[in-house]
Amino acid sequence: MNKKTLSFPYLFWAGAFIVIPLCMVFYYGITDKTGAFTLENIITIATQEHCKALLLSIELSLISTILCFLLAYPLAMILTGMEVNTHSFIVLIFILPMWMNFLLRTLAWQTLLEKTGVINSILGFLHLPALELINTPGAIVLGMVYNFLPFMVLPIYNALAKIDKNVINAARDLGANGIQTFLRITLPLSLPGIISGVTMVFIPALTTFVISTLLGGSKILLIGNVIEQEFTQTGNWHLGSGLSIVLMIFILINMILEAVFDQEGEGASL
Amino acid sequence: MGQQPAQFLRDREETTLNKLIDLQHITKAYDSNIVLDDMSLYIRENEFLTLLGPSGCGKTTTLRIIGGFENPDRGQVIFDGTDITHWPPNKRQLNTVFQKYALFPHMNIGENIAFGLRIKNKPKIYIQDKIKYALKLVNLDGYEKRMPDSLSGGQQQRIAIARAIVNEPKVLLLDEPLGALDLKLRQDMQYELIRLKNELGITFIYVTHDQEEALTMSDTIVVMNQGYIQQIGTPERIYNEPENAFVADFIGDSNILDGIMIQDELVELFGARFACVDKGFGENKPVDVVIRPEDVELTPPGRGILQGVVSHIIFKGVHYEMEVTACGFEWLVQSTKMFPVGTQVGIFVDPFNIQIMNKPASEDEEAIGINE
Repeated sequence: MNKKTLSFPYLFWAGAFIVIPLCMVFYYGITDKTGAFTLENIITIATQEHCKALLLSIELSLISTILCFLLAYPLAMILTGMEVNTHSFIVLIFILPMWMNFLLRTLAWQTLLEKTGVINSILGFLHLPALELINTPGAIVLGMVYNFLPFMVLPIYNALAKIDKNVINAARDLGANGIQTFLRITLPLSLPGIISGVTMVFIPALTTFVISTLLGGSKILLIGNVIEQEFTQTGNWHLGSGLSIVLMIFILINMILEAVFDQEGEGASL
Repeated sequence: MGQQPAQFLRDREETTLNKLIDLQHITKAYDSNIVLDDMSLYIRENEFLTLLGPSGCGKTTTLRIIGGFENPDRGQVIFDGTDITHWPPNKRQLNTVFQKYALFPHMNIGENIAFGLRIKNKPKIYIQDKIKYALKLVNLDGYEKRMPDSLSGGQQQRIAIARAIVNEPKVLLLDEPLGALDLKLRQDMQYELIRLKNELGITFIYVTHDQEEALTMSDTIVVMNQGYIQQIGTPERIYNEPENAFVADFIGDSNILDGIMIQDELVELFGARFACVDKGFGENKPVDVVIRPEDVELTPPGRGILQGVVSHIIFKGVHYEMEVTACGFEWLVQSTKMFPVGTQVGIFVDPFNIQIMNKPASEDEEAIGINE
C-alpha cells in the first residue's frame, strides 16, 4: 500500500465531516430562505444587538487570554526550573481537572458563585454582605480562565523547555542581569509558545456559548450564544451561518498570525 | 604519594609572576557525590592553562565555578586579589565559550557579537568597529547578517569566541570548545586558538578530555581525576615525567608494569633487573613502572634484558606499532624498525626512560589527590 491509500480514511473523514459541513455553512450564510444569493445574513453583524455581542465576546476573550498568559508564564517558568520528577507531578495536578467533564467543571463554578451558593453562604456566615457573582462578565471570564488555562501553560512550557540552558548562561556571562536576560533571550525565544497558547485560549473563548450560558445566565449574550439561538430557538439557519462566517474570519486572522510566528508547532504537542 | 608533589609544584612556583585567579580549597558535591574535594589551584596572568581529565573528573565543574555558574560548597575564588566566590556571572571580568556554542538563535551574527557591548551601553560606532574587528580576528568577515543556524559547527564556534572576546575579558574560559568538530577542523582550530591567545594576550582556561589537544596548546596542564588534581606541569613534564600511573596512562600510550624497587637506581621487572635513575623509594618496595612505547628498544634475541616474541604489528606511517609478548606481558612498542610477527627479540630500556612511581596503597586510593 502506498501512503495515499493509507490516508484515505482521513480524507473521507475530512470530506464528510469538515468540508461538506463547511460548504453548507457557506451556502446557508450567503442565501436567504428562498435560496437566492444575499449578503444580508453577514451584514446583520452591523446591527446594534449583534455588534454588541461580538464586541463583548472579543473583549471578554481578550481579557481571559491576557489573564491566562499572566498566570501561565510564571508557572511555566517555575516548571522549567524544576527537577523532572517534581515537575511531572505539578503538570499532572494541572491537567487532572481536564480529565473531568467540561460541563461538570463549569457547573461546579455555578454552584460556587450562585446567589445562595457556597461563596455567598460563607460570606453570610461571616455576616458580610452577599456579592453579585453569577451572571456577570467577571463570572464568564473566570470560567474561561479556569477552563482554558492549561492550553496556555503547556505550549509556553514546551517552548521554554526547549531553550538551551547554556544560551541563558551565555547571556549572563556576557554581562546581562536576570531581567535583561529574560527580556532579550527567554521571552523572544518562547514567543512561538506564547503565540500558540494565545491562539488556543482565544479561539475557544471567542466561540464559547456554554460558559456564558452557565455563568452568564440569559443576561449576557456573547456571539456564540447569538449563533446558538439562531439555530436552536429561532430556527434561522441562514442568519446563524452568516454570523458564523463573520466569526470564522476573525479566527482566520488569528490563525494567520499564528502561522507567521509559530513555525515550530508548539501547539501540535498538546 | 606524599614525597613528590612539592617537587613538581615548585617547578611552576619559581616562575610565578602573578596569580590572576586563585582557587582555594574548593569543595563541591552534588547530593552525596563529591565532584571536587578540597581543590586548590592558581592561574597566572597570560597563561594557557588546560584542565585535562576523563569525564566526571571535575574539570567542567571547576570551570563553571570560575565562571560563576556554580557555587562551591566550600572554598574561595580569588580573582585579581578580590574574593568573587559569590558574584553572579555578569559581574565577573571573564567570558566563557560553551561546548555547544550557545549562540542566540534568534539573533544574527552581528547581534550575537554585539550582545555584551549593548548590555554595557557602548556607543553604536564602537560596537560596529568591534564586530568588524572580532569577525576579522576569527576569519569570518562579512558574516554580520547571517543567522547562527546557517553556519557550520566550526564557524559557529568561532563566532562564539568572537562574541566572548569583544568584551575584552581578562580571562577566556573554554569548555571543550572543539569537542563537536571533526578531526581536521579540530587541528586547524587548535592553531587558531594559539594564534588568538598570542594576539589578545589574555589568559585562557581550557577544559578538555583530549590529551593531544592539551599537549598541543597549553603552557600548563592540570591533570584531574575523580575530583583531585593528579599533576600540574608543562606538557613536556606531564608527558615525560608522569607523577603516577593514572597520568601516565591518560597521557599518551604507555606500558604500566608492576615492579619492585630493589635499591636506589635499580628496579626488578618480571625477575629481571633494570637500571634506572630514580632513588629514594626504599628497598624491596613494590612500585609502578611506566615505560613509553617509543622508549622500548628491540634488539636481536639473546641481547637486551628480557626476551620476547612479536605477536602483533601495525604500520602507523612514521613508525611501526608492535606488541611483544615477554614474561606473560604484552609490551606496546613503537619503532621505525620492522620486526615481523613471530620474531624472537630482546627488550632493552635506557635507564633514563624508566619512570618509577609509588603504588597507591589500595584501589580506592588510586584517585586520591597529591595536592593534600
